[in-house]
Amino acid sequence: MNTPALLSIMIFLPVISAFMIILVRGEKGDESIVERNVKNLALLSSVFVLIIGIFMYQSFDSSVAGFQFVEKSEWFSKIGINYHLGVDGISIYFILLSVFLTPICILASWNTVKKRVKEYMIAFLILESFMIGTFSALDSVLFYVFFEGVLIPMFLIIGVWGGPRRVYASYKFFLYTFLGSVLMLVALLALYIITGTTDIPTLIANPVGFEMQKWLFIAFFASFAVKMPMWPVHTWLPDAHVEAPTAGSVILAGVLLKMGGYGFLRFSLPMLPEASLYFAPFVMWLSVIAIIYTSLVALVQEDMKKMIAYSSVAHMGFVTLGIFSFTQQGIDGAIFQMISHGVISAALFLCVGVVYDRLHSREISKYGGIVKNMPAYATVFMVFMLGSVGLPGTSGFVGEFLTLLGAFQYNVIIAAFATTGVVLGATYMLLLYRRVVFGPAENKNAAAMEDLNKVEKIIFAPLVILVFYLGIYPAAVMDTISPPVSRIVSEYEMLQKPLEYNQASLVISNPVTALPINIDEPIIEEEVDHE
Amino acid sequence: MELLAVFAPLIAFLVAGIWGKAIGDKGCQLVTCTAVVVAALCSITLFFDMIGNLEEGGLVYTTEVMRWVSSGDFNVSWSIKIDTLSIVMMCVVNIVSACVHIYSIGYMSHDPSKGRFMAYLSLFTFAMLMLVTSDNMLQLFFGWEGVGVASYLLIGFWNHKHSANSAAQKAFVVNRVGDFGLALGIMATFYVFGSIEFSTIFDNPALYVDKTISIIGYDFHALTVICLLLFMGAVGKSAQLGLHTWLPDAMEGPTPVSALIHAATMVTAGVFLVARFSPLFEYAPTALMVVTIFGALTAFVAATIGMTQFDIKRVIAYSTMSQLGYMFFALGVSAYGAAMFHLMTHAFFKALLFLGAGSVIHAMSDEQDMRNMGGIWKKIPVTYALMWIGSLALAGFPFFAGYYSKDIVLEAAWADQTWFGNMAYWLGIAAAFMTAFYTWRLLFMTFHGEPRASQKVMSHVHESPATMTGPMIVLAVGAIFSGYVFYGGFVGSDGHHGQDHAKAIISSLDDHGGKHGEPTHKSEKSVAKKAHGEERGASLWTREYFWQDALIVLPENDTVEAAHNVPFWVKKMPFLMAVLGVLMAYLLYIRVPDIPAKVVTSFKPIHNLFFRKWYFDEIYDTIFVKNAFRLGRIFWISGDQNTIDRIGPNGIAGLSGRIAGGLSKFQSGYVYQYAFVMMITLIAIVSWFVFKADPSFYNSTTFETLSGITGNIPVKGMEE
Repeated sequence: MNTPALLSIMIFLPVISAFMIILVRGEKGDESIVERNVKNLALLSSVFVLIIGIFMYQSFDSSVAGFQFVEKSEWFSKIGINYHLGVDGISIYFILLSVFLTPICILASWNTVKKRVKEYMIAFLILESFMIGTFSALDSVLFYVFFEGVLIPMFLIIGVWGGPRRVYASYKFFLYTFLGSVLMLVALLALYIITGTTDIPTLIANPVGFEMQKWLFIAFFASFAVKMPMWPVHTWLPDAHVEAPTAGSVILAGVLLKMGGYGFLRFSLPMLPEASLYFAPFVMWLSVIAIIYTSLVALVQEDMKKMIAYSSVAHMGFVTLGIFSFTQQGIDGAIFQMISHGVISAALFLCVGVVYDRLHSREISKYGGIVKNMPAYATVFMVFMLGSVGLPGTSGFVGEFLTLLGAFQYNVIIAAFATTGVVLGATYMLLLYRRVVFGPAENKNAAAMEDLNKVEKIIFAPLVILVFYLGIYPAAVMDTISPPVSRIVSEYEMLQKPLEYNQASLVISNPVTALPINIDEPIIEEEVDHE
Repeated sequence: MELLAVFAPLIAFLVAGIWGKAIGDKGCQLVTCTAVVVAALCSITLFFDMIGNLEEGGLVYTTEVMRWVSSGDFNVSWSIKIDTLSIVMMCVVNIVSACVHIYSIGYMSHDPSKGRFMAYLSLFTFAMLMLVTSDNMLQLFFGWEGVGVASYLLIGFWNHKHSANSAAQKAFVVNRVGDFGLALGIMATFYVFGSIEFSTIFDNPALYVDKTISIIGYDFHALTVICLLLFMGAVGKSAQLGLHTWLPDAMEGPTPVSALIHAATMVTAGVFLVARFSPLFEYAPTALMVVTIFGALTAFVAATIGMTQFDIKRVIAYSTMSQLGYMFFALGVSAYGAAMFHLMTHAFFKALLFLGAGSVIHAMSDEQDMRNMGGIWKKIPVTYALMWIGSLALAGFPFFAGYYSKDIVLEAAWADQTWFGNMAYWLGIAAAFMTAFYTWRLLFMTFHGEPRASQKVMSHVHESPATMTGPMIVLAVGAIFSGYVFYGGFVGSDGHHGQDHAKAIISSLDDHGGKHGEPTHKSEKSVAKKAHGEERGASLWTREYFWQDALIVLPENDTVEAAHNVPFWVKKMPFLMAVLGVLMAYLLYIRVPDIPAKVVTSFKPIHNLFFRKWYFDEIYDTIFVKNAFRLGRIFWISGDQNTIDRIGPNGIAGLSGRIAGGLSKFQSGYVYQYAFVMMITLIAIVSWFVFKADPSFYNSTTFETLSGITGNIPVKGMEE
């Protein structure tokens, strides 16, 4: 490859900046100057990484299904672990999301983080570097290092800069995700022992036996399901969100949750195809439960952040629904849903942050009637609320609809149940908006809050534009996503071929809908031997 | 042209929405009104283009704007489809919208946020235009939800009022329930047809008649399933029985909104949807039956409620619902042209009635309760006269618009000759009686009798400014003439007006299996036309030429044709009922005004049933709303906190804590220990399972791979 090692630069630049921040010192009494320099440095470097990211996206060839910007050098040559990086149409958007949200987080913390500014910025920069690493690693050990590494700065961000119950929340967050990850480590080790390689493309090309796949699937699933998070291992998320500082919530909802979905797409689906098919009904039903259950729970929340956190779980339910439909529309939609949710939920948490900074309360009932004094805020909040509801024309709709479309081809009943989430989603989001923004001004302090300031407007502007851009012209994004996805999908179509002949009577003789509609039973009855 | 007609309101919305502060209220009003008037003129031009081209097949083309979603075989573009159906809808939407825009200048003159209001109105107009000009189901869905949002924003326009906010939310959520069906319908269509483009779906739906969709092991007729799901969307949007509860509440919005959205345009989107999908509905007789039954029941039930309400806008709202019911049962008996005809005339006279009501409310210092009105007809004569025109049109008096459209709807229902067609006819007749009754009840209570308002209010009663009466006069012209003028095009066959020979043309046309994409179809039509060359001018103005392929009716379902030949009494029944209704209202509210109270007391239960709107709200609240919240609380407290968390993180932590040190209290300082114990245990368990399952782990070969071989190693599968 004659391109510069863009990915490495993107990964290490934030780390280097973090080191530079450590070196920023001042005389005693100059704390404010030090803080300002630290902030500027952090913002500058994250913006620089964003520019590199955009540059990479510009030179990315979206017609290719394989990996690009590949870097490979030996790491632990003795046991064959390499420093192997690369991006494809699936991962590039997650990297872009990470580098896009980090400067926004830094900006959002500009005036709100008062203590330990230095450490805070360091944590965010390290976090950024790990996130990029997670999405670009092509070696399973490297992936694991980054994947786990993310936990540490996030744990600290919640635990140090969080709310009153931050310690409980951060431990809960850490325990949950770490437990899952440990199982993934076991799975990765097992894979290594069986195949002798940690190289992800090689692992994808050489699937292991079915019985083994099943166990590996469970282990991977434990990790990714917690990260997503899927019902019933979602309870860490509301606590973590509630206690995390605004920027922490933004990055948690915006990027960290996507690691689970990304993991499914990078590991479970391509490496364990038969097991994925075998477990698909189980995962689908869990997703449906997640959508309905958490939507109903969101309905009764009194805490704004908790409500949005629960809505995140519901939205992630659509993602798993799409992924395990094994259709082009489903998986495309799932990826799109993750991107869109990354923007919208991040923006929603920022919206909560705006009023929290002014009133220092997340209680919905403390607000009301703020539209009068904060028209700009009300408009921005409305945009993201409608995006979250999945209004056509916003990014939220495309992902939601495509995942449902995929699910429908898989199983009508599952799709029908999942679609109720659309109704419930509208209910709780409108309720939230109405109680916070509309109505008579019952709390004088709330009604007297000031409208968005300049920094906040700068933060929201790109998010608003993205929500509409992705909603009106998603084809631009989907063209990049499609090639690698169609490779996965065609794999699954091959797998299901014999079945199609067996159940020909069930199948509508239409080439597009080659999938039988009702897959209640496990699809593979016998073990498939790959010898 | 069509781009300007659709996008001018969008541009106006963006200008007024983003730079509203900069250009001021006047600027916003100017921009939005100009844009919508331009759009209306463009639509009218398109309409005349089409009329001029009837001989050559009307105006049918599609303009693609840009790509939207593409994923595998699922490709959708933003595009504008022009055919008779969309042109008719565009004209209705843009004309009414232009009237309402101008009217709003006067009506909202005391409101502090005029700019925002005008911007929302334009947004609505744009969304509605996107809906009616869509070339695929997804764009239709975009418009569908878009009008929903605009409606949400406008109902809740006075957002300091609790009632307005809850009405707005109710409207959105109830509509979402319908959209649930519509969304599933789109998915099902893609599943069956492999596309959601209209051109593909409607190409030849007969090929898909034998398709089935399997749901939990049962096979269902695919087209019926699709049509029923689509109809569910229509039920929500068009406030048909079951999902109608939002419409009366939506009257919380400013009156121009009620006129535009909740009478003339948005609520008719469901009718448009079914008409647009006529090629599919024609092959789904069960779905058509359901549509008829829903429509007939709605027409009847809404009319019963309308008779008992006191809020002037609610009476008209229930009347709208009832008239929508008429349109739906017309659709159900395959009289799509008749339904569209009634849609158009209804848009004029119902918008007129609403704007008239608005004018009354404006004059009465925002009073809406008819019990506090009366005796004001001399003070606002223009409004009064216009209300009379609207009422006559609504009740279906001869030569007014409603006379033509309502009659053809009822005749078609009767001509259908099925049990549900008959039911629709008789319920429709009953509703016609009630319609006339509540309309004149409204007129009498509002304008006649002793003034019941306070002295202060009465002294303020004044005629509305020209910005308000002007648009109303335009609509009144439509309410008078649209029926007579467009009868031929929408539903007419030449036979109806005594030109017997022209019947031959029609029947020869109908013999070609409806108008069903058969290649010979067009040429034969022109042959038939040539045969009657001298009659060309007259014979062109028939539904065959007018609708072209926009509406598809199978020959055996052609009730509109049959409707022209129904018995005399069937034709005259609606008019008779209207006269009776008016007389009854006169008797009860002018001659002997103490009868209504007596009737109410002697028929208490029935009156209560009607007055409380058949208890739909109460029932839904108990069944759905309360239970959703209850369930949410159960899931949250008992599910998340007391089960998952207790058994999960807290439980494991506590348990391992006891094991580790016999600590009974959960203290965060020791969580590391718990974590460690949990981790070790889990690793042990999982490792045991994983490696137990793979005996090759113990093989020496496996350990060879450990010692540093990289690259592509032949994979070891499972050997049993």
